Amino acid sequence: MALSQQDIVKIANLSKLEMPAAEADKMQTQLNHFFDTVEQMRAVDTKGIEPMAHPTHAMQDAVIGHIQLRLRPDVASEPNHRQANQQSAPAVERGLFLVPKVIE
Amino acid sequence: MQDLHLLTVAQTADLLQAKKVSSLELAEHYLARVNKHEGLGAFLACKPETTALAAKAADAKIAAASSSNLAPRLTGVPIAHKDIFVTKDFVTTAGSKMLQGYRSPFDATVVTKLADAGMVTLGKLNCDEFAMGSANENSFYGKVQNPWDTSRVPGGSSGGSAAAVAAGLAPAATGTDTGGSIRQPASFCGITGIKPTYGRASRYGMVAYASSLDQAGPMARTAEDCALLLSAMCGADLDRDSTSLDLPPEDFSRGLNDSISSLRKLQGLRVGIPKEFFADGLASDVRTAIDTALAELEKLGAKLVPISLPRTELAIPVYYIIAPAEAASNLSRFDGVKFGHRAADYKDLSDMYKKTRTEGFGEEVRRRIMIGNYVLSHGYYDAYYLQAQRIRRMIADDFQQAFKNCDVIAGPVAPSVAWKLGDKDRKPLDDYLADIYTLPASLAGLPGMSIPVGFGEGNMPVGMQLIGNYLQEGRLLNAAHQYQLATDWHTKLSPLMTGGAA
Repeated sequence: MALSQQDIVKIANLSKLEMPAAEADKMQTQLNHFFDTVEQMRAVDTKGIEPMAHPTHAMQDAVIGHIQLRLRPDVASEPNHRQANQQSAPAVERGLFLVPKVIE
Repeated sequence: MQDLHLLTVAQTADLLQAKKVSSLELAEHYLARVNKHEGLGAFLACKPETTALAAKAADAKIAAASSSNLAPRLTGVPIAHKDIFVTKDFVTTAGSKMLQGYRSPFDATVVTKLADAGMVTLGKLNCDEFAMGSANENSFYGKVQNPWDTSRVPGGSSGGSAAAVAAGLAPAATGTDTGGSIRQPASFCGITGIKPTYGRASRYGMVAYASSLDQAGPMARTAEDCALLLSAMCGADLDRDSTSLDLPPEDFSRGLNDSISSLRKLQGLRVGIPKEFFADGLASDVRTAIDTALAELEKLGAKLVPISLPRTELAIPVYYIIAPAEAASNLSRFDGVKFGHRAADYKDLSDMYKKTRTEGFGEEVRRRIMIGNYVLSHGYYDAYYLQAQRIRRMIADDFQQAFKNCDVIAGPVAPSVAWKLGDKDRKPLDDYLADIYTLPASLAGLPGMSIPVGFGEGNMPVGMQLIGNYLQEGRLLNAAHQYQLATDWHTKLSPLMTGGAA
C-alpha cells in the first residue's frame, strides 16, 4: 500500500502543516520509503497480545508489583502566575491571549 | 590551576570540599573554555552573571560547612543542561525555531534537584530539534561537532551534552533518552551516560517528545560520576509527573564497589550476549572493540551467556510508529497562541496555525508529525499504532525471558562509530536504522548505559551498551565502574580536551 499525493495533503491538513506541491512530492517519497520498512511489522502474528501503551505495564508484571497510577487532588496548587506564564506569548493584551477573529 | 577541566565530577567535588578550588574559579574556567570552543556548537545559552551568583552561593555553603555538617557532595560542581529541560534563568529552545527566545516560568524538576544538590548551571546545550535525531544535525541553531574529529557528528539527540563533556566544556551534563539519545552520543563521543528505568527521573519540565519513552539521565566521564549525578537527579515527583515511580531515593554510589570476590570483581555476574546485536550490519571495528571489552568482563569473573532478543529488528518500525504518534500529539500544543513562534501574516485562525507550524518546525519534526498523525488516523490506528504496541509488549517480554538467564545484557550501542557531518548520501531512514541496538531497551522502559571501550575507524570512540532489568541501575553502574577500574578507555581525552589550556 502506498500513500498518494491526496493522502499527503490530507495528513498535512490534519497536522495543520502547509504542504506545497513540491514538498508534497518529497514527503510522499520519504513516507512511502518509511512505510515500506514498516511492512515487516504488519506481518507479525500478535493475536491475543495486549497492546502496551506504557512501560509501567511491563514493569508491573515483571518486578515491581502493583504500580498505582495517581491522580492529583483537584485543588489549586499554584498562585496566579499570569505575567510569568504570558511572558513568551506572541500576542497579549490586558492579560488576554490574542487570536485572529474566529466568529464573524 | 590550568587543568581543572581534566578532573572528573568526583575529583572536582573532593577539591571543592577540601577548599582547594572555589566554585567560582571552576565556573570561570569552564565558561572561558565554552567561549574558546564556541565553534563546536555545543552551547546555546550562557549567562555568566547568573552562573557566578550560583557559584558564590555554593562557595558560601562550603565555607559554612563543618566536619559534622558537610555541604552536599556535589556542591559547587558545574553542570550544563540539555536545552530540552526548561529553565527559569536561561532561555529554553528545544533546538527549535518554534521556541526561539522562550522563557519558562518554572524549572524542570531535574534542574531543581541538581541545583538543590548544590550544582552550578553553566548554560544550555544544543540538541536535535525536540530531541528528534541521531546526529544533532536537526537543530535550528546549528550542528554540533564531535570533539574527537570535528568533521564528524557527535550523535544525538543529546549531541551538545556529549560534545560538551568530551571537549571539557563541562564536567557533566544532563541528557534525555527516548530511543537512545543519551547512550548513542555518549558512545560517539567516548564518555559515559546512563538512561535509568522509565519513571525514575521526573519528566516535569522536559519538553515532551514521546511521553511513554522520554527519560532523563546524566552524561559524564565515568560510571562513578554518573552514579553521583543519577542519585541527585532521580526521585519521586508524585504531584507533577503521573508516571514518576513512587520509590524512596536511592544512593547509586553505594554499591559501586560491591563484589563477592576481592580479586575477581565481577565474579558470578552473568552477562547476556544477544546474538541479534552481533548480526550483519554491525561494523567490524565496533565488533572488535566490543569483543575485547567482553573478554575483559570475563577476566573480571563475569560469565558470558548467549541469549536471544528475537524482535530486535522489529524495534525500529515499532519505535518509529509509537514515538511519532506520541510526538504528533505532544506537538499539537505549538499553535502560536500561548507561547513560541507565530507567523507574521495569515488570513484566519487555521491559516495562522499552518503558517506558524510550518515556519516553526524543521523538516524532520514535520516528517514525524506527518507519520504520527497518519498512524493515528481512522483506518490505520489498528494496523499501525495498536500493532506496534502489541509488538512492544512482545519485545518487553523477550527481555524478561532473557533476564531469567542473565543479570545484565551487553552489546554495542550503535552499529558504527560517528559518521561524517553533512553526509549527503545519508537518508533519514539510515539514521533510524542506526538506532537498532538502543531502541529495544527504550521500548521496554529498561535502564541502559554506554561506556567507552576502545576506538574504531578514524580513531573514533566505541561505546559498549549495558542493559539491566527494571530498577537495576545500581548493578549496571557497579559493572561499569569495575570495568573502568580495570581499564583506561574512559580516561582517554579528545584532542579538544588536551589542546592547550583555556
